[in-house]
Order: sequence, then structure tokens, then C-alpha cells
Amino acid sequence: MKRVLFILPVIAFAGLAAFLGFGLTQDPKELPSQLIDRPLPEFVLPGITDAPGGGPGLASASFKGEPRLLNVWASWCAACPQEHPVLERIAAEGFPVYGIAWKDKPEDSRAFLARYGDPYSGMGSDFPGRTAIDLGVTGAPETFVVDKKGRVRFKQIGPISPEVWEGQIRPLMQKLRAEA
Amino acid sequence: MLAEIGHFALILTLLVAIAQAALPMLGAIRGDAALMAFGRSAAALQALLIAISFGCLMTLFGQADFSVKLVANHSALSQPLPYRLAATWGNHEGSMLLWVLVLSIYGAGIARFGDNLRVTLQARILSVQAMISVAFLAFALFTSNPFERLFPVPLDGAELNPLLQDPGLVFHPPLLYLGYVGFSVTFSFAVAALLEGRADPAWARWMRPWVLAAWVPLTCGITLGSFWAYYELGWGGWWFWDPVENASFMPWLIGTALLHSAIVTEKRGSLAGWTILLAILAFSLSLIGTFLVRSGILTSVHAFAVDPERGVFILAMIIGATGTALALFAARAPMLRSGALFGSISRESGLTFNNLLLMALTAVVFLGTFYPVIMEAVSPTNKISVGPPYYNLVFVPLVAPLLILVTIGPMLSWKRDDLAVLGKKLLVPVAAIAALLAGLTLWLGAAQVVAALGLALGGWLVLGAVLVLVRRWWSAGGFSWRLVRTTPAATVGLVLAHAGLGFTTAGIATMTSFAAEKILVMRPGETAVAGPVSVTMLGAEEVDGANYRALRARFTVSQNGNERALVSERRIYTVSGSQTTEAGIGVSPLGNQYVAIGDVQQDARGQGLVVRIYWHPLVGWIWFGGLLMAMGGAASLADRRFRIGAPQVRSPLAPNLVPAE
Repeated sequence: MKRVLFILPVIAFAGLAAFLGFGLTQDPKELPSQLIDRPLPEFVLPGITDAPGGGPGLASASFKGEPRLLNVWASWCAACPQEHPVLERIAAEGFPVYGIAWKDKPEDSRAFLARYGDPYSGMGSDFPGRTAIDLGVTGAPETFVVDKKGRVRFKQIGPISPEVWEGQIRPLMQKLRAEA
Repeated sequence: MLAEIGHFALILTLLVAIAQAALPMLGAIRGDAALMAFGRSAAALQALLIAISFGCLMTLFGQADFSVKLVANHSALSQPLPYRLAATWGNHEGSMLLWVLVLSIYGAGIARFGDNLRVTLQARILSVQAMISVAFLAFALFTSNPFERLFPVPLDGAELNPLLQDPGLVFHPPLLYLGYVGFSVTFSFAVAALLEGRADPAWARWMRPWVLAAWVPLTCGITLGSFWAYYELGWGGWWFWDPVENASFMPWLIGTALLHSAIVTEKRGSLAGWTILLAILAFSLSLIGTFLVRSGILTSVHAFAVDPERGVFILAMIIGATGTALALFAARAPMLRSGALFGSISRESGLTFNNLLLMALTAVVFLGTFYPVIMEAVSPTNKISVGPPYYNLVFVPLVAPLLILVTIGPMLSWKRDDLAVLGKKLLVPVAAIAALLAGLTLWLGAAQVVAALGLALGGWLVLGAVLVLVRRWWSAGGFSWRLVRTTPAATVGLVLAHAGLGFTTAGIATMTSFAAEKILVMRPGETAVAGPVSVTMLGAEEVDGANYRALRARFTVSQNGNERALVSERRIYTVSGSQTTEAGIGVSPLGNQYVAIGDVQQDARGQGLVVRIYWHPLVGWIWFGGLLMAMGGAASLADRRFRIGAPQVRSPLAPNLVPAE
């Protein structure tokens, strides 16, 4: 019996090593979304200002007419400050970026934007996290590319790097703009 | 030329390390003193060669030789010289070189200061140490050669991430590495003990200074990292449960357990199996820490070299080191002679319980850090990360009993203690802390009972530390100067470290409950209030720095009638275009005033600067406590008994004699 206890650590480690090895084979950036080519799930979210009710928020109905990016982020997310300069650049290049502050207190979201700048054309607060569940959000940051008809066309898991923006998302946005 | 010398020295180091990995071990098995002595020379040679290699790289950075790819990619002419030098380890390749440098310095240390060690044990330790060296040197040479040339040679280089251009970060990585790599020594001690089949009190006494030598810089490194995050990241936060912070925290927790477990093995000969297991785990978690940062498995602010190929190499190293060591543990540890038995109420059992709690805390942090990886393997569509709420929920309930135990532990006697006697000893401190808790609750109000509990717990720890001294200095015959003078350095270390933990606890409790903040748009002349702090903006202007442009805002901050001037800057680094915030921090023992500026923004009253104002009560105590803990470790390290060595039976072979066959 006592011997078994001494073998336990090495068995536990073997299991962990298997998981880590598996983790290495996964590309953290690629993940299918159930939502691809489907309409954006419906949501109406309050804003994040300190006005009563959070001020102007964000609704799924407004995702019509032009292709947009929908970025799910949070002030507590470690990778979001990394992604932020890219979002600012995207906005500066004239592509509209909308945001959902996920499981984040509005005052924390405001503090984040005050510190890093605000590239967003519109912002909704999803403090309870319901909308994120509908969107199938698994972590922050995530970004959806929504076309003119309000359908999800692409989902980026994790921060948008300059390479992903230049190589994948910007060409897609340009293509979507040209679509009828 | 320098790059080639450095590269060549690195290759030579690898060759020396290979020889050192094989020969002393062989010598220990065959009882060949010459082969065992070779280990000591090889360890010194290895340290010398790698120091030459590292010196070359540092000189290349100093000279801004952009014909070397690494230098071109990580430093620029506009950077001040100290930061160019620090850039040597501010990147993956250079930091790996620093890692092996520290590794071989520790190796040379074992060779130099291991005179009182059993020669066979020393030879085996040096061999295991060299095996780790071989793995890391091969890693550096084959996957991340720092001396690679670049052609055509660029006129100027790319800048070091400006966030990392800071005195705090010049020292943060080397300190952490001293800690991480220091645990390689205890790992080697553990593996050598398993190979010899002996883990006795003498072994534990030899190992203890090395545990401290790793634990002290690791404590400093974590404290410094937390302080750096506080003032440079511009958030006012001091701990984020970021995967990479966790990666340094886990070896610290296990290292702390190891420190205490080794005491039991040293004094009583018990818990040898535990001590060995903890020594293996401490280094394994250090390796996993490296694995995390380098592999890109977990996204984090720290991940500056994301490369799966390197991840595979490091994973192989972890499997090789930890897997082999744990397998050896499974085979050999049951055969280790266990020491004296102890009663269920005794200092041994207190320390065992302390170990269990520290292990549980490590498991909590580990699970929180790796949950995303494990979940992903179980169900591929599930990618999640675990945030601070999880840690607050699970970590705090486990930490509280541990902190209570910290004060009780040193009151217990070895081997067997009596509940009634313990109760008598506890009477005064428990009454004192209960009174403190009641007073705090009345003063702060019932709503702040958590803060009161945290502060009382801090008081409990400091009181416990003081009581250790009191018990030592007041014997049956009253206070005696002789007892004060003869206080062992290790006791002073205990007192400092436990009191430090108390300060940190009080700081965390106060920060968590009473920090105040305000974010608003301000114009010169306006005043804002956050908590007890009132801030007036005086003006803002553009200024030029060495390699950045900045917007600088000046403030007057007043609190309880005291005024002081603070300045906050928002810097734009010209080469890379990245922005950083330099907060203005008014430091005082009771708390920090913290002012940081953001973008220019419009509000109802026109254009102004976004200003964040924080009041952080007792935040400095968190780091002061950390420093006290490190000082405590250093004091213990200075204890005389580590220098005189343990009584032992001399090995039958004098080092210079070869047996007649």
C-alpha cells in the first residue's frame, strides 16, 4: 500500500505531460465557431458610462449595412492590453470596431479605456455574461467579423496580432465591403 | 569576432558539461577519487567558459554591434547604455544564456563550498547538475543561438519593449532566475540522495543553505516584479494572477514547503521522502514556468517569445528531468530509512500540516493556471481562462488556516507536545488578537469584518514572531543578555520572515478593502477627491526624453493637511511608437497616493486630460513584508551551523588518494 503512494507522483506527472504535449499540438488561434455564416445572436446591452442605465449601449440589430468587427474584451483580461494598439490601428484605418465588455464592471471598463484609449465606435456591457454565452465566447479577447447582413463570417480567438489583421481579417473586411 | 568567441565558448561549455555529467557519477559508483575530483574542476571550468560567453554577448550589446541578429532585434542606438546592457537578458536567447550562466555558477558553488559534503554525494550532485546544464546548453545552441550574425547589417536596431525599459526590470529576471535555477541544486541533491539511497539529517543540513540560496532571490524577484507591475503597468494593481506570475509563485510556495520540511529532516531525520519530493517539485515547477513563457501555450503579457518548437524541446526537458526523478523516487524512496516517530501534536506534525497546506495552495494555483490547457484537451471547443474570482474563492480559505498555524508552529515542541501546555502558551496571544479584532471591528464597522480579520491575522503573525524572541530571551531566570547574544541567526531569520508575512497580510487586507479610486477628465486648476486624497491639476506640457516624447502633467496632492507635488507622464517611444504611462506616486508608510494620466478627452465641460487617482492604503507593506521575508532567509543562510557542517563519518578515501586495487 505504501509503495503505491510513492508511485502516485510519477503517474500524475505522466498525465500532466500528456496534456501539455497535447496542448503544444494545438494552434491556440484556430477554433471553429458554430456561428460561422449564421446571423449574430440577438442582444441588447447597456453602455458603460456612469449615466443611469449605462448610457447608450449596443444591440445586435445595429449590425447591418456595413461589415463590422465585434470585439469581446475585459479589463481583467491579460492579453487585451496587447491587442489594444492593433484595435486602435484598425479603427484609424477606417474599419468600425464595436466592443462588448464581458463580465466586467462598467467602472473597470471605463478605467481601461481611459488608460489605453478608446478605439470603439460603440460599446455594450455584458456584466452577467449571458450574451457572451450566446456568442459562444470562451475567453477574452475574441473578435467576430460580421458582414453587411449581420452574419458572422469569421471568429478570431485570442488577440488580433498585426499579422492576423494584415493577412486575414483586413482582406476579409475588404472583400465583405465589396460584397453586394 | 566577439560573437565567434562567445559562440565558441558556449560550445566548449557544452563539451565540458557532457564530461561533467558522466565522469563524476562513474567515479562515485566505482569509488574512484580522481574521477570525482574531476567533477569539481569541471564545474569551475564550466562557470568560467559560460561567463566568457555571456560577457561577449553583453559587450556586443554595449557596443551596439548590429551585425549580430539578437543585438539588432533587441536594442537601438537611442537607448541609454544601461538599458542596452540589460537588453542582453530582455529577450529569449539572451535569457537562456543567463539561465545557463546562473546554473553553472551554482554548480561551481557546490564544488567550491561543498568541502564538508560526502565526496560521493558531491560527485553525484555535480553530475546531475551537469545533466541539466547539458540540456539547457543544447537548447541554447541548437534552437536559440544568441550569436547568430545578420547580413546586411542594419544601421540601427529595433527597440526593447519600452515597458521593459525600467530599472525594476533590469533586476527582476536575474533575481527570478537565481531562484528558479537555484532549485536545480536542491533537485540535484534530491536525485543524488535517491541514487545513494541515503537521505539523513546530514544530507538535509547540507541542502538547507542551497534551498535558502534559491528562496531568497526568488522572494526578492517576486516582490520586485509585483512592485514593478504596480508602478509601471499603470493599473495600481500589485498582483494579477497572470500565468507567468503564477509560474514564479508556484516554485516559491513549494520552495517554502521544502524549507520547512528540510528542517524536520535535519533536526529529526523524519519526512525525508517529503523533502525529496518537494525538492523535485520545486525545480519541476521552475521548468514549467519557463515552459509556460516560451511555448505560447498560455497567452500572457509576458509571452515575448512564442515558439512551439522551443516548447517541444522544453517539454522534453521537463519529461526527462521530472519524469526520471519521480520514477527514481517511486523506486527508491520507499527504501529510505525513516527517522524518529512523532506525536500527533508536535512541531513535526505542525510542519507536516504546513507542508500539506502549501502543497494544496500550489495545486490551486496550478489548476487555475493549467485549467485552460486541460479543458482544451478534454473538449476542443472549450477554451477558457480562469480569473481572479477563482483565486479569491479558493486561495483565501486555504491561506487563512496556514497563517494561523504559522504562529502556533514555533510554540510546539519537537517530538511530542501536550494540548493543555499549548493552550496555556496560546492564551495570551489569542486574547490579544481577539481584543485587536474586536477593536478593529468596532472602529471599521461590521461591514468591514473581512478587512478586520485580515488585519488581525497580520497582527497575529507579527505577534507570533515577536513571541519567538520573547520565549528565547526570557528563560526561567528572567531576561538575560547572554540569551540575546547567543540567539542563532536562524531564529532571527524565522522571526523576520514570519513578521514579514504578517506585514504582507495586513497590506493585502487593507488594500483589498480600502483602496479608493476615481477616474475623470481634468483641466488645469481643477480639483478632484478620491478617498482621503485631494488632487489639484497644475498644468500639462510636452517634454522630450532620451528616446521618447511625453505629455507631462503636474499635480498637487493634499491629504490631512500635508501637500506634495506629483508628476505623471504619458510617453511615446519614437522608434517603436509604443506608449507607456509613468505614474506619479506619493509614497508614505500609511499608503500611496497614485496619479496617472491618460488620453486627451472631451467631456461636458470641454477638453481635458483623463486622470486616474488612487489611494492605496498600506500597499507598501505588501512589498516591505516581502523584503522582510527575504531578509529572514538571508539571516538564516548566515547561520553558523551551515558553515561548520554536520558531524559525519569521514569517507574512507581522502580526496587525493587512489585505492590500491
